[in-house]
Amino acid sequence: MEKGRFGLGHAEERGYQVNHPAILETTEAFGESTSFADPERIVDLCRYLKDSEKFIRLSGVTAVDLHPAEPRFEVVYHLHSLERNQRIRLKCRLSGTNPEIDSLTGVWRGANWYEREVFDMFGIGFRNHPNLVRILMPVDWEGYPLRKDYPVHGYKYSYPSE
Amino acid sequence: MKHSFEDHTSTIQAVQEIPATPAAPRRMTLNMGPQHPSTHGVLRIVLELEGETIISAAPDIGFLHTGIEKEFEQKNWQQGVTLTDRVDYLANLSNNLVYSLAVEKLLQIEIPPRAQWTRVMMAELSRLNSHLVWLGTHALDIGAMTMFFYCFREREDILRIFEMFSGQRMMTSYIRIGGLALEPPRGWQQAVGKFIRAFPSKVDEYEELLNANPIWMQRTKGVGFISLEDMLDLGVTGPMLRGAGLNWDIRKSEPYSSYEKFDFNVPVETSNDVWSRYRVRLQEMRESAKIIIQALEGMPDGPWQADAPHVVLPDREKMKTQMEALIYHFKIVTEGFRVPAGEAYQCVEAPRGEIGYYVVSDGTSKPYRVHMRTPSFGNLQGLPKMLENTMIADSIAALGSMDFVLGDTDR
Repeated sequence: MEKGRFGLGHAEERGYQVNHPAILETTEAFGESTSFADPERIVDLCRYLKDSEKFIRLSGVTAVDLHPAEPRFEVVYHLHSLERNQRIRLKCRLSGTNPEIDSLTGVWRGANWYEREVFDMFGIGFRNHPNLVRILMPVDWEGYPLRKDYPVHGYKYSYPSE
Repeated sequence: MKHSFEDHTSTIQAVQEIPATPAAPRRMTLNMGPQHPSTHGVLRIVLELEGETIISAAPDIGFLHTGIEKEFEQKNWQQGVTLTDRVDYLANLSNNLVYSLAVEKLLQIEIPPRAQWTRVMMAELSRLNSHLVWLGTHALDIGAMTMFFYCFREREDILRIFEMFSGQRMMTSYIRIGGLALEPPRGWQQAVGKFIRAFPSKVDEYEELLNANPIWMQRTKGVGFISLEDMLDLGVTGPMLRGAGLNWDIRKSEPYSSYEKFDFNVPVETSNDVWSRYRVRLQEMRESAKIIIQALEGMPDGPWQADAPHVVLPDREKMKTQMEALIYHFKIVTEGFRVPAGEAYQCVEAPRGEIGYYVVSDGTSKPYRVHMRTPSFGNLQGLPKMLENTMIADSIAALGSMDFVLGDTDR
């Protein structure tokens, strides 16, 4: 591997805005750009961003529960381009009833664990995920801890003798 | 729900049945961990073995999950700092720093230079602390026991400095939203100066013990290879990437907390094995020492907290004599300060790689959502690829070179 193959970008390349038909709306705050994307076309969008726009790193996937608002969930992707030295945030709004979105594991293999974590904590399903099982909580856990309607002291354990 | 002993053990199959056809190779599934000294915490790896060769490795995490992200939503913003200490317990100050920076971004408050420089100094001391624990335990795993005593000797000095600054050796919570927890104590220059001026000679000692050590070289050179493309795809960050020839350090590429004012190099090695990661981290220790000396010598004067009375607790004397200060004190202590609605992502270069905090506020005095993108979680994802088709004895060296902290992985 030759040195400096992924050179760091220059400052003038910052302030990049995603230009793709799947983008619904883009906002800018604190020097960070946030784009809302169509959940149905997230894989196309991310493949375009990775292959053509050089966002080779998926820094993380997480979600926000806006309970009781509808659409209830926001899936948040943080993308990073080493070449542009640029980070962008993509968001997809999902409904509270049967929240599902396509998995990005086909674009970045690293999405695997992040999506499992979101599934584990929020109960959001990822279609075409190779191994969608709980990652942090025990496999037989009931409920999704980071949902807003999940109580903080929510664990009720019945002992076998009772 | 009823649980019996069989229920808990039925998923783990220790030895697979011997295949019926004699020609088929005999495979064995081996559980490494969760209680294994070289996993540095409670990590379970299910290894599929063919003889001594690892066919596949599946890390099983979550044993240290403590629900910190959920707990954030119950605490007010300032109390959240104490939780960040517990995420990565070897680099507490890096976590304090990134959380504070993210919330300060939402609050739009400016931190005075003295606080920024002190933050840099503390974050670098915390990097030294983390790298020393890594070197000591990693070398111990591979068989160089003396290293452990050498490294923990210096680590003790760092912990004493932390105690001097914050009153705590490990869970410091020293970097707070709006500045620092306390003014740097009297005489800190002597304490830090004495330690850091002697430190490069200590790194020489480590290198003397290891650099030309034939056992160390045999156990590390050419071991634990994983290609740069794979690492970037899988979310690996930090010294792992720099050991593979990628010159990327967030302190340089996206400077925060006035890192741009410090003169230091980013060490890069190209051989992409356990040895190169060892070389990168040792050189990083020297660079951190350089940064700390610059901070020590050029420490600006001035306030150590931001001029933001609605966020920062007032001076004790003022609180007792001025009505306005008393009101602010009462409001901050009882309710906590409010943070304007919005969201921010902040990342820093922690000893293990990129820590990123994604903070969402709904305008109240408690965080709506805090997500931690921790380096150990991303790095561990590269483990199956790294262990594939290697010898089982090398897996210990490869694991150690990754330098993960399970508290950081499971949160």
